[in-house]
Amino acid sequence: MKRLALALLCCVALDAMAQDHSHHMMPMPMPAPTTGEQPKTPIPALTDADRAAAKPPMADHPEHDNAIQSFVQFNRLEGFDGGLEWQGQAWIGTDTDKLWLRSEGERIDERTEAADLEVLYGKPIARWWDLVAGVRHDFKPGASQDWAAIGVTGTTPYKIELEATAYIGASGRTAARIEAEYEALLTNRLILQPLVELNLNGKDDPARHVGAGLSTAEAGLRLRYEVTRQFAPYIGVVYERAFGDTADLRHDASDTRVVAGFRIWF
Amino acid sequence: MTLRTPNGGPAQPARRRFVQGLAAGGAVAGLGLWPRASYALQGAGLPSVLSGTQFDLSIGETPMNFTGRTRTAITVNGSLPAPLLRWREGTTVDLRVSNALPMHSVHGHETSIHWHGILLPANMDGVPGISFDGIHRGETYAYRFDVKQSGTYWYHSHSAYQEQVGLYGPLIIDPIEPAPFAFDRDYVVMLTDWTDLDPAALFARLKKMPGYDNYYKRTLGDFMRDARRDGLAETIEDRKLWGAMRMTPTDLADVNANTYTYLLNGTTSLGNWTGLFRSGEKVRLRFINGASMTYFDVRIPGLKMTVVAADGQYVHPVTVDEFRIATAETFDVIVEPSGQDAFTIFAQDMGRTGYVSGTLAVREGLRAPVPAVEARQILSMADMGHGAAAHDMAGMDMAGMDHAAMGHAAMGHAMPAAQHHPASESHNPFVDMQAASPTPKLDDPGIGLRDNGRTVLTYSMLRSVFDDPDGRDPGRDIELHLTGHMERFTWGFNGQKFSQAEPLRFNYGERLRIVLVNDTMMTHPIHLHGMWSDLEDADGNFHVRKHTIDMPPGSRRSYRVRADALGGWAYHCHLLFHMEAGMMREVRVDE
Repeated sequence: MKRLALALLCCVALDAMAQDHSHHMMPMPMPAPTTGEQPKTPIPALTDADRAAAKPPMADHPEHDNAIQSFVQFNRLEGFDGGLEWQGQAWIGTDTDKLWLRSEGERIDERTEAADLEVLYGKPIARWWDLVAGVRHDFKPGASQDWAAIGVTGTTPYKIELEATAYIGASGRTAARIEAEYEALLTNRLILQPLVELNLNGKDDPARHVGAGLSTAEAGLRLRYEVTRQFAPYIGVVYERAFGDTADLRHDASDTRVVAGFRIWF
Repeated sequence: MTLRTPNGGPAQPARRRFVQGLAAGGAVAGLGLWPRASYALQGAGLPSVLSGTQFDLSIGETPMNFTGRTRTAITVNGSLPAPLLRWREGTTVDLRVSNALPMHSVHGHETSIHWHGILLPANMDGVPGISFDGIHRGETYAYRFDVKQSGTYWYHSHSAYQEQVGLYGPLIIDPIEPAPFAFDRDYVVMLTDWTDLDPAALFARLKKMPGYDNYYKRTLGDFMRDARRDGLAETIEDRKLWGAMRMTPTDLADVNANTYTYLLNGTTSLGNWTGLFRSGEKVRLRFINGASMTYFDVRIPGLKMTVVAADGQYVHPVTVDEFRIATAETFDVIVEPSGQDAFTIFAQDMGRTGYVSGTLAVREGLRAPVPAVEARQILSMADMGHGAAAHDMAGMDMAGMDHAAMGHAAMGHAMPAAQHHPASESHNPFVDMQAASPTPKLDDPGIGLRDNGRTVLTYSMLRSVFDDPDGRDPGRDIELHLTGHMERFTWGFNGQKFSQAEPLRFNYGERLRIVLVNDTMMTHPIHLHGMWSDLEDADGNFHVRKHTIDMPPGSRRSYRVRADALGGWAYHCHLLFHMEAGMMREVRVDE
């Protein structure tokens, strides 16, 4: 833009110089100043009618290029033996400013074991990356707690979708969550989706069965069929494992389950 | 207002075909909107024709059914396409355009008509907010201007998404001097794309999932096939190149036949628009691409086509088997059908996902074989303008380049030179790639049309029959880069959207050069209102006069503009959703 502005400036300057040589009072030189040639087809002299027709209109051009759009997606909405799990996200906003909602949780034997909701402001910061910052509220496990959240979401080379978020909570608690997923196209409708989610914690939190360090990791492999782009049922297998102190605090350090569900967006 | 058939047009009653069209689910106004008497006076399969100098055009809603489902189209005088307007060069036309959109129309309360490619005073150009205030419900806007040119053009709404829902029509201007070629019959072939979706919903869908319509992405099966054919290492290397760029080589068009039903003169292939001929006659076909988002590849198997005009302006005749017509372009061709009773006009979309066809025949009801849609092609690194530099693309930052040395390397040297980019593109989250070594590509027929055994039109074959009418060398260059982001579905020039950028300033009377560089992986038809775009050849010489310049990915093309039209003018990509997403500028020509 600066270069363009400079080019325009130069032009205006050249115009001004050319104007000095002009023997009449035209506000702009004709023809263009840098060549001094006459056009083969003469430039029509301007009339008052031309000037009247060239007046800018009262109304501004209606702009759609920064309109508010929205998106809601349940990436995972699945059941397994004895429970169900959800993971979804939504955004509303313009190209440059978006409000994000994210939620994930798990119900086992009709009791909510874990549930959280994030409310984040998102802004594109690089070609393939958005910065997000806001708050996360954990309803479960244990007593509810709040975190401040900051992270990035975007696409790595080779089209791996990545979300990495750091959290700071009360009494110096810290946590981080990294989620990566990929789409392998068996066909254009039958899609294998590997997914890895890592949870890290800064401190032990025995009441929530969480230990410091890498607490849990989940690896999932889901095979979905896109009946339409918006609706895709899937089946999958999920392996979850607790590490370190977290493993010591839990009854089962690992769990493998078969899941079935669907992905929807609108 | 007078009504007549075009020169040499047939005068068969249209009612029989009209009913056929209904049975075939073609371009028929539904819900009891039977043709008025005047419609039946028109030639078979022609849109209604209005000619003279006085026109009353009423913009309203009309139910239409192209797919089995009835939807509301925005129409002119109840017709889709809008009536064929026939003007005469040297006259003054009066067009009273009234807004009869009903209350609560989903397509808004405001409308407009832009006369595409027509030279006229700024306030007659019909772009709300740039040339006038738009036409509000119940209002009538009086367009009045001198007709200073001749040829094949078209007109369409410039309000919101109304062009996508049917507000487009052909515009033919008869010349004062006879055409420099002979013909016995004259037909318009207007190609468009129709969707049952509300176009605002389609735009929103592109924002959420730009690849929605791409059911042609490369799969595991393709990987194994390529590995067997090209070797594992090469296949992995290829996937790495595309993966590193986070691009998809099957991404040829944002919206394709998975969403669109293609129309020819407002009817589907099933409706089979037919133009009649007698063996040995010369038939002039005026192709107009009035689609919102679609490029068509057109051929008539068994017939050579002699291209005689492009964007309304005569060119030295060139005979081809096939041409690609960018959105908003027009090509006039002469064909001489003989030896068989019917020929198929076949227009497949550039991405090879669908087609529309019509027929040239000696009588109604005949058909010739319809070719299969050809194999889909995938983009190569050369298509993307990357050449050998592809490896460096993903995170390339050109800030350190010597801009002065690169400055005017432009004018299309055959040898690709490293391309510099405006600073506004650097670290811009809405610019997902930059062409490393773009070239003019004037002799490239384009992806899917190379070496297909047919003679395919290229820009280098199009030569105006006249010399540069201005004759001056451009006094200055304006370089603009076409930019975008595939995943965010944002589009602009130099990384900036319309709403972020100041108007481009031209000085009245100056001759300037616009240099366009396509930094995206998509092809963009770029249209400047109010003034001609005089395309230059690779050496910077005047080549062909046009109103819409196609910019394939990886191309760098330049054209001359004579700023002889005072006022504000729209300048934009003619892919509707690219324009709406920001690939637009205002040009202001000031004294």
